[in-house]
Amino acid sequence: MEPIAAGTWVEIESVLLEPGERAPNLPPETAKVPYILKASGFLVGDAELGREATIRTLIGLEYRGRVVAVNPGYGHSFGPTVPELLTIGIGGNA
Amino acid sequence: MSDNAYAAVLGRKNEIMKRALGLDFDSFIQSPIAFDYERLMAATGYSLEDIVRIQADSKVGNTPLYELKNLTEAVRRTAAPGKGARILVKDEAANASGSFKARRASISAYEAQKKGFKGLIAATSGNYGAAVASQAAMRGLKCIVLQEVFDSRGVCQPEIVEKSRACEAYGAQVLRLSVGPELFYMALRTLEATGFFNASLYTPFGIRGVETLGVEVVEQVRRRYGQDPDAVVITHAGGGNLTGTARGMLAAGCANARVVACSVDLGGLHMASDTDFNKKSFTTGHTGFGVPFATWPDRVDVPRNAARSLRYMDEYQLVTQGEVFYVTELLTKLEGLERGPAGNTSLTAAVTLARTLDRDQIVVVQETEYTGAGKHHNRQLSFARENGIEVRRGDPAGNVPGRTIVIPERLDQVRGRVQDMDRLRASYLKNAAKVLPPDQWSATDLAFLAADLKVGVDRVKALGASHD
Repeated sequence: MEPIAAGTWVEIESVLLEPGERAPNLPPETAKVPYILKASGFLVGDAELGREATIRTLIGLEYRGRVVAVNPGYGHSFGPTVPELLTIGIGGNA
Repeated sequence: MSDNAYAAVLGRKNEIMKRALGLDFDSFIQSPIAFDYERLMAATGYSLEDIVRIQADSKVGNTPLYELKNLTEAVRRTAAPGKGARILVKDEAANASGSFKARRASISAYEAQKKGFKGLIAATSGNYGAAVASQAAMRGLKCIVLQEVFDSRGVCQPEIVEKSRACEAYGAQVLRLSVGPELFYMALRTLEATGFFNASLYTPFGIRGVETLGVEVVEQVRRRYGQDPDAVVITHAGGGNLTGTARGMLAAGCANARVVACSVDLGGLHMASDTDFNKKSFTTGHTGFGVPFATWPDRVDVPRNAARSLRYMDEYQLVTQGEVFYVTELLTKLEGLERGPAGNTSLTAAVTLARTLDRDQIVVVQETEYTGAGKHHNRQLSFARENGIEVRRGDPAGNVPGRTIVIPERLDQVRGRVQDMDRLRASYLKNAAKVLPPDQWSATDLAFLAADLKVGVDRVKALGASHD
């Protein structure tokens, strides 16, 4: 595995609460999965994808977790066109 | 090293919150139910003039009020002769960070700085995160926003991804969390570990910050039309938007305008469900928040909630997801304004309301929000399709939350459903009875409950009894 250099902007993931440790009275589909945190920051030391590492966030706090992405971006978009919307209001018609 | 087990952290809730707000609620609390609401609101120490000045200094407020002439005409074509009130919209997207939430964040950030806190924390998946991040940025304060973003498959709700992006753009640290009410648990841990200010949505600082919105609406309408608004429509989730706006309207001497709440109906979807999470096409302004917060406001991250919607609410309308998407598209194409879902929820209710009012009456939609990648209704609808939800044009009566989104074919099919206010009030009293049995309610409790429900003490007794 290619090492990731200290100082690289990465995303980490960690389990905050295992299924048995979660809040009471959750719906079963939520209770059976762990409660997970993701955060982004600069790697404090060299790391590898999928391995534990420490990051320093934009405000200088440190968090530890498994590295899941390098230079994580925002994948959100306007999505494929929903044709049902296109004709609404055309020509002043409502 | 603190014990980070769930129960242990929740057990330290009161001490964590007391330190993180610099405001001691104990002196306002009168009983398990009652507290001195007006004294709590006054304890912020800010006059309305102070708040106007702080907001003017922080790129908030004085937003434009537009008349939606083309939409008004379209509504009149679906109304009885002589009916069809003017519809106005307050363009709150013009605030720094793109929504009315900047009003709420501005006072919290000012207070945090004044008290010497190094940073602010907000647990919110809504526009409030970006608002706090933006206000923190201009004051040189650190900011942490905690958001519920993804389900157990790792699939993110696109609107919340956009909100993560906006917070990080303003230099905030974003803690992205999976589905669950433990957002509050993690917020407590973070408050405890950092000693930052709790910029909760529900403090008196946040709610007082919204009062200027109500004042501006009334003053702008009076200036331009020489009359008061007849109704002000407010998208309703946690209740702060409605509470602050209505208080501002009263402060401006406008006591007769109807205060109308509106939420998107997401009935049947569970808010803590990992599998329902990505079946919702709205992340706020929906019944999953609107009904529980109206019927028991004190389910929040502060000892008592300053947002108490039933104190001020005259009417509550529910609309469908499809209706809001339709009206969003009309706002864009008829009025040339492309805006996000929050204000368009109340705009949908305003269409129904305007149809029943006379032509010389005025209905104000008191907010807009910005839109963009992830937030845009085209993305919400395409995302719904990707999650197996049917999307089609037709009669919006066919909407089934989590299963089918029906976008109206014509404006006359947009029909908000007016809710029974007494049912909401009875439900509130049922929740109050869980806190303290009705046979132990003192005169102070009854007076508090009456004020909290905008009814008389006799009505509290009658509604309380009707639910036994």
